[in-house]
Amino acid sequence: MTAVLSVQNLRSSVRTRAGDLEIVHGVSFDVAAGETLAVVGESGSGKSFTALSIAGLLPAGARVTSGEVVLDGQEMTTLPERLRRATRGARIGMVYQDPMSSLNPLMRIRSQVAEGLVAHGWEKDKAAARTLDVLGEVGLPSPAAIGRLYPHQLSGGMQQRVLIASAIAARPQVLIADEPTTALDVTIQQQIVDLVARLRDDYGLAVVWITHDLGVVARIADRVLVMYAGRVVEHAPTQRLFAHPEHPYTAGLLGSIPTPQDPHGSALPQIGGAPVSMSALPLGCPFHPRCPQAEQRCAIDEPPLTDRDGGQAACWVPPAQWRPA
Amino acid sequence: MTEPVIEVHDLVKHYRTRGRGTVHAIDGVSFRLERGKVLGLVGESGCGKSTTARLLVRLERPTSGSVRVAGIDVPRARGSELKMLRRRVQLVFQDPYSSLDPRQRVGSALTEILRVHHIGADERSRRAAVTDLLEQVGLLPATADRYPHQLSGGQRQRVGIARALAVRPEVLVLDEPVSALDVSVRAEIMNLLMRLRDELQLSYLFISHDLGMVRHLADEIAVMYLGQIVEYGSWDEISDRPRHPYARALQAAVPIPDPATERTRARLEVAGEVPDAAHPPAGCRFHPRCPLAEDVCRARDPVLAGLPSAPTDYLVACHVVQRQAAEPIGESRR
Repeated sequence: MTAVLSVQNLRSSVRTRAGDLEIVHGVSFDVAAGETLAVVGESGSGKSFTALSIAGLLPAGARVTSGEVVLDGQEMTTLPERLRRATRGARIGMVYQDPMSSLNPLMRIRSQVAEGLVAHGWEKDKAAARTLDVLGEVGLPSPAAIGRLYPHQLSGGMQQRVLIASAIAARPQVLIADEPTTALDVTIQQQIVDLVARLRDDYGLAVVWITHDLGVVARIADRVLVMYAGRVVEHAPTQRLFAHPEHPYTAGLLGSIPTPQDPHGSALPQIGGAPVSMSALPLGCPFHPRCPQAEQRCAIDEPPLTDRDGGQAACWVPPAQWRPA
Repeated sequence: MTEPVIEVHDLVKHYRTRGRGTVHAIDGVSFRLERGKVLGLVGESGCGKSTTARLLVRLERPTSGSVRVAGIDVPRARGSELKMLRRRVQLVFQDPYSSLDPRQRVGSALTEILRVHHIGADERSRRAAVTDLLEQVGLLPATADRYPHQLSGGQRQRVGIARALAVRPEVLVLDEPVSALDVSVRAEIMNLLMRLRDELQLSYLFISHDLGMVRHLADEIAVMYLGQIVEYGSWDEISDRPRHPYARALQAAVPIPDPATERTRARLEVAGEVPDAAHPPAGCRFHPRCPLAEDVCRARDPVLAGLPSAPTDYLVACHVVQRQAAEPIGESRR
């Protein structure tokens, strides 16, 4: 499979009073057409920052410092700013967690979807026709009627559908979804997951799904990237990652979800310690202060991401040597 | 049977609004919570679970029906009885950040609660009590000198719990206490809640949209939809063998950390979204979204009732489930 999106050694930082603070520290991955890559991590892991870096949507004061983002064979980070924006906007669709804050409350649905298309060079009447089509494609009933409404007149689930319609209207090759179901009710979450899976299959979209919800990951991802402290600590096919994680952090995340097999009322396995702060990274492996498997070496040298059983992991201690939790 | 710490009977809460009509937030809810037990209240937005929480702690008064908490008639409590209520039942919120004063240090916020409730003889003993409280929820004494923004999400929720515990309550109403937290922190807070329940003999009303979390902690579970309880029973009956189609949809949303199972498991498709509580559908309120709906569901409101095949403490409000349970075994379902 050839990659539609290829990210190589991406680094981004944000300017602070104390100097540049690196948030994304050398992230690499590929996604092919029709494939779903899940990026998993807790708050502060750098997963959203990675997405914004790829989409070229970093806030003021933040920038990509090195690395490559190759979209369909074209290197994006070296393109002139204006060209880069046009290319990215048309080829990468982006969906966020909170639909209400991404939609303009004063604009009718059809106008905001069409506006995006016009910005990408579509003619007005073609944009209007495409808007009606795409509102139907995301499963909204009577697109013409919905198009006349304002965002607040729609439910959260419908707003999220509008946002997805906006993201795929220009027929991008890549869809980046940043926690698109977190703010929604569980029955609606299921509908949105099914919708994105259908769009991926129908249009051969390469999907990057950013989430902390491992249930969603188990359902739709082909591969998983686990992030911690701005780094990739594990990268593996979904089935393998769930069956036998190669990084203690992944094992900890998987272990902390209660399952229907757990004895009722038993203590849930917990990772312990506090999430790491990028401004105060420990020496060695950034996870070692919380790691149940840490050895002396982990506090001195940071482990590189190396090939491990069909995937990659950044850990000095192989699972065969792990102590039982 | 032990005396219940919460007894709610036929509770109704309607809000009259301008333009939208009357919102039926809660429509005839009854349940009881026994001392030392955990009742899980599960449902999605608009089901009335948070309104129930607010009625239990007297942040609001019901339109009708009765609420008794720790022997106190909640809507009618006045004076010293109301003060007693405020000490016996405490509410813990989803987002501790929005319930903590950003300009107040943790220690001074906790000391203030103790002072207001006349707990502790003097400031020195109150400060000592604060240290004990922090320790009880797994925080270092130095946390007292911190401002809320200097704490992590998990630490803030621990402070939220410490604040509730300050008045030595009997009952905690926990409204989505782990929903805003990271996965690894959720487990810590769940474990803390289980330890505190055992150590302090607390009773919990645990409100959540996550049946997986509720399953782990609750002794009994009530499933709510649009202001009504649609299924009620022991934790295993509801979380592992739900019969109501809505509860089955909630169960299907509980993640199974195994991709093969997760991709092939049978799912009941629930269409559309929760309707406006100002105009609840006629008949069964779930029927417009229900994959099992029949003519009777559109016409008549189902009654919460037991089933011959289920344990005696089990209740369900579904025409289809009730009819199927009444049919002789082996008869085909048409």
